[in-house]
Amino acid sequence: MTYTASFFQDPDFIRVLYIVAFICFIYGLRLLNHPRTARRGNMIAAVGMAFAVVGTLLYDFVSDYLLIAVGMAVGTVVGVPAARSVKMTAMPQMVALFNGVGGGAVALISFVEYREALAAGGNPELEQLIPILFAAIVGSISFWGSNIAFGKLQEILPGRPIQLPGQQVLNIALLAVVLACAVIIAAGTESELLFLAILIGAALLGNMFVLPIGGADMPVVISLLNAFTGLSAAAAGLALDNVALIVGGMLVGASGSILTTLMAEAMNRSIPNIVAGGFGGVTVAGSGAGDGEAKPVRSTDAADVAIQLAYASKVVVAPGYGMAVAQAQHTVRELADELEKRGVRVDYAIHPVAGRMPGHMNVLLAEADVPYDHLKEMDDINPELPQTDVALVIGANDVTNPAAREEEGSPIYGMPILDVDKAAQVIVLKRSMNTGFAGIDNPLFYNENTALLFGDAKESVAAVLAEVKEL
Amino acid sequence: MDLLTELTILVLAAFVGFEVISKVPNTLHTPLMSATNAIHGIVLVGGLLLIGEAGGFLNELLLVIAIAFGTINVVGGFLVTDRMLEMFKQRKPPPKQAEAAEEPPRLEEAA
Repeated sequence: MTYTASFFQDPDFIRVLYIVAFICFIYGLRLLNHPRTARRGNMIAAVGMAFAVVGTLLYDFVSDYLLIAVGMAVGTVVGVPAARSVKMTAMPQMVALFNGVGGGAVALISFVEYREALAAGGNPELEQLIPILFAAIVGSISFWGSNIAFGKLQEILPGRPIQLPGQQVLNIALLAVVLACAVIIAAGTESELLFLAILIGAALLGNMFVLPIGGADMPVVISLLNAFTGLSAAAAGLALDNVALIVGGMLVGASGSILTTLMAEAMNRSIPNIVAGGFGGVTVAGSGAGDGEAKPVRSTDAADVAIQLAYASKVVVAPGYGMAVAQAQHTVRELADELEKRGVRVDYAIHPVAGRMPGHMNVLLAEADVPYDHLKEMDDINPELPQTDVALVIGANDVTNPAAREEEGSPIYGMPILDVDKAAQVIVLKRSMNTGFAGIDNPLFYNENTALLFGDAKESVAAVLAEVKEL
Repeated sequence: MDLLTELTILVLAAFVGFEVISKVPNTLHTPLMSATNAIHGIVLVGGLLLIGEAGGFLNELLLVIAIAFGTINVVGGFLVTDRMLEMFKQRKPPPKQAEAAEEPPRLEEAA
């Protein structure tokens, strides 16, 4: 810098800080791949972020510290309590929300940058203009899409797919309009209005993109939007000539895409399939809910369940979202402790996508101090299920649906499931006969060896626990 | 910096991003998503870079909002991830002992 810039304001020094930040990000992500080191990895990544932010504040053209302080203070006051107080069950929608504000920030920044350029004399060079337009479109899609995802998971919006007639055509038309506006600006038209139209068009597109997607696919969608936000941040970095943004954004864009693929694979769904929407919206051909209702189910009571459990030698608990909602994990552990005292081996069958997010059940059960070695992944527990006396399904539905194995017409056909139906006895704790999040009927409930215990998961488990203690 | 240098960095960062995620156990998908989510909160930097030169009330207001959003993304993201991971914290050492402690009763039961 020309005037008396101190050593710390030297752009080269700041670039070195950025390099430290990148090392932290990459090393942190690496550590996040393993359970033992994950927490340290997250902290290291956070330290990296501190380096990047502090470095940026050192630039001598970064001023207006008051406004910066106001923005960061507001962000901290909103973000910290939200992150601290959110319940473990609401974690997925919190991530969606945090992702959304990130996308919103990108969209706002690109808009301001365009306005500044106009005020300074006209459209910026194409090498800046194209990333600005890209960041605006993707940032806006990500912001609105994430908000819809939040709304669906928080059950403000119905979790089922919401589809308009001709949705696909409409989406393609919207995308075409947004891209056309972008091309017109890139071709030399200077119009703030047109830029606003792009933001609004992309916002609509974000809404329309997520609304038709069923709740069961939401984790994959959040991960996809997460990758989107990363890409848009990288684009903003190109526009602003800032390496920290380019590297940070692109790392997320790439790792987020891989993660999205991994999640989709775990659910045996393809990403285009998910984006096309409608999962669970269609009633299953073959065994629809219609003939399902006619079939009898066997309901049972807590005392019966207690006897079955206490005299079993091997029990497998298959938890799902119902356990999370009811906050039943502690009671479940108490029940397991009580059973283990009687010599019953209790294991937990963890489906990779049980709950609302991959890993959701592990987090909840770990919170309840369930020993790590009792949590069995799907591939480990499935061969054991035929030798299991009682499979206790707590608020899980779709991940135990044998239709995924047997009925080719089912929308979840081919999805790997927990084979609880192969256990000698199956007890399903359920609030009602409603279908699961995917909205698909579950033939498991009508099996001869299945008994249903209706009620809130926590109350049911507590009742069973009381009965076991009586025995 | 010229565009090609930036594009070089972009492409290399993409490959690092692909490579750094390899064999993540399912259990860690959510925390990992949450952590990467926090990292893209780096857009905050974009807000900081622009605000000094931004003129006019509207631009400043939009940037303050962007900075606030970015901060929520960063601070909230890392905190939530930490809360999730906190629960995995003591899992490695105890399991070994727990397993040892629980194996004998099972054998007795079998006998």
